[in-house]
Amino acid sequence: MIINHPILGPRDAAEFVCLGDACMIDRPDWEAEDAMQQFHEYGYLRDNPAGQHQELWYHEQGDRSWLVLTRNTLTHEITKVEMARDVARSRGRDK
Amino acid sequence: MARDATETRDFGGSVKMRYSAFKIFMQGLTGNKSWKPVWREPDPKPEYDIIIIGAGGHGLSTAYYLAKEFGMRNIAVLEKGWLGSGNIGRNTTIIRSNYLLPGNQPFYEMSMKLWENLEQDTNYNSMVSQRSILNLIHTDGQRDAFVRRGNAMFLSGADAELVDAKQLRDELPFLNFDDARFPIKGGLFQRRGGTARHDAVAWGYARGADSRGVDIIQNCEVTGFDIQGGVCRGVETSRGPIRARKVAMCVAGSSGRVAALAGMRLPIESHVLQAFVSEGLKPTLPGVITFGAGHFYVSQSDKGGLVFGGDIDGYNTYAQRGNLPVVEDVAEGGMAIMPMIGRARLLRSWGGVMDMSMDGTPFIDKTHIEGLYFNGGWCYGGFKATPASGYCYAHLLAKDEPHPNAAQMRLDRFMTGNLIDEKGQGNQPNLH
Repeated sequence: MIINHPILGPRDAAEFVCLGDACMIDRPDWEAEDAMQQFHEYGYLRDNPAGQHQELWYHEQGDRSWLVLTRNTLTHEITKVEMARDVARSRGRDK
Repeated sequence: MARDATETRDFGGSVKMRYSAFKIFMQGLTGNKSWKPVWREPDPKPEYDIIIIGAGGHGLSTAYYLAKEFGMRNIAVLEKGWLGSGNIGRNTTIIRSNYLLPGNQPFYEMSMKLWENLEQDTNYNSMVSQRSILNLIHTDGQRDAFVRRGNAMFLSGADAELVDAKQLRDELPFLNFDDARFPIKGGLFQRRGGTARHDAVAWGYARGADSRGVDIIQNCEVTGFDIQGGVCRGVETSRGPIRARKVAMCVAGSSGRVAALAGMRLPIESHVLQAFVSEGLKPTLPGVITFGAGHFYVSQSDKGGLVFGGDIDGYNTYAQRGNLPVVEDVAEGGMAIMPMIGRARLLRSWGGVMDMSMDGTPFIDKTHIEGLYFNGGWCYGGFKATPASGYCYAHLLAKDEPHPNAAQMRLDRFMTGNLIDEKGQGNQPNLH
């Protein structure tokens, strides 16, 4: 797979490691009433879809940036690559 | 059901023969003309006591033990494709019980004991070969860890044998003992470990289940669940709705997809594991060799090919094929530990979808929906577990309580804190 890095351009996927579902950007509020339940779901439960999947990749052998890939788990086709920072901010995170 | 010496009754009306050397001899003399199909192809009935989703190794062994050990008869096994078309047909056939943790090791040793009697039990040649499995040791720390593992194996009734480098040099002179990064300092053998013929395992269980009245329905995809008021009353399929008192998921790599039909999210990600076979060679490897530090393991099939593999690719996929970086990594691992493998040509490679769980350990449990059961999360270790998985799942389905050896394999263990994390990697499935 080739990952089209938003800053560096096309790079071999072997330079990256995959952390998993990009839902991990949305860390629950630890003060919430049901924080226990929320953190269980956050830490352990996954949609694991067959098809489009948003996921976190880390450019470990490169610029060490975190990316959000939109990738098809049936074909491995990557349709979108964003900086994880930008995705987090667009979801309301301050950093 | 009583089995006489030569025949078992076939619920489809024909007579099923019991295999023996004498039968093969007689068939050979008569042109092999009277072999019969070994399972029926029934149409689905409107209702069953138990529906098992997935006619893979685990689903078929579940049906087999439900019928044989727990006296259940009115069972259907539904299969999207053809039976044995999933991971039971795509694995590297290793059987072993060399785990560490109490939630795992007694279960895998139970499986090993079932393997040891499988062919007699099913009257089917599964080619179980206890040719040994070896884990290589490269450091003092690793030796300490393997001593502990060996003792854990003894506690469950399994065998273990710690050997030093000198003995290994005598037994396996072709290994690269003096590698600068990973010099071989010894190893932990399980001599009862080995390999089995993966397809024949599925076929043997299918034949055994079918002859006891289980309907194995192929080309029948489950498309939904009939869940009313928190109770599962059956399934929707590509061949119409089928009612059941209990529905048992057993779909390995497709766990996420099927569970989603019931509105469930699982502590599982689907990943691809690649495997490789070389051209056929004369007998070269006496047993299974695992080079854990280099993510490489290898054995030799009875046909002569070197069967080997390594790590999962590391990203979510349902594609049943991987990418080239892992091919290179596995080849490097092989060359590092067993340089002679470079003289063999690679014949083919393939990928299978692994249901990687959050702690590397499987689940055999009820779900929060009454009448719906789940078996999955086998990671890349499902083949060796086939007999015990089926037996323990059958126990759960028949008695509604877990088998003692699978009692810790619960779906809620991440909420209760009772993880079974053999590698201590935490909740990242691609590291297990």
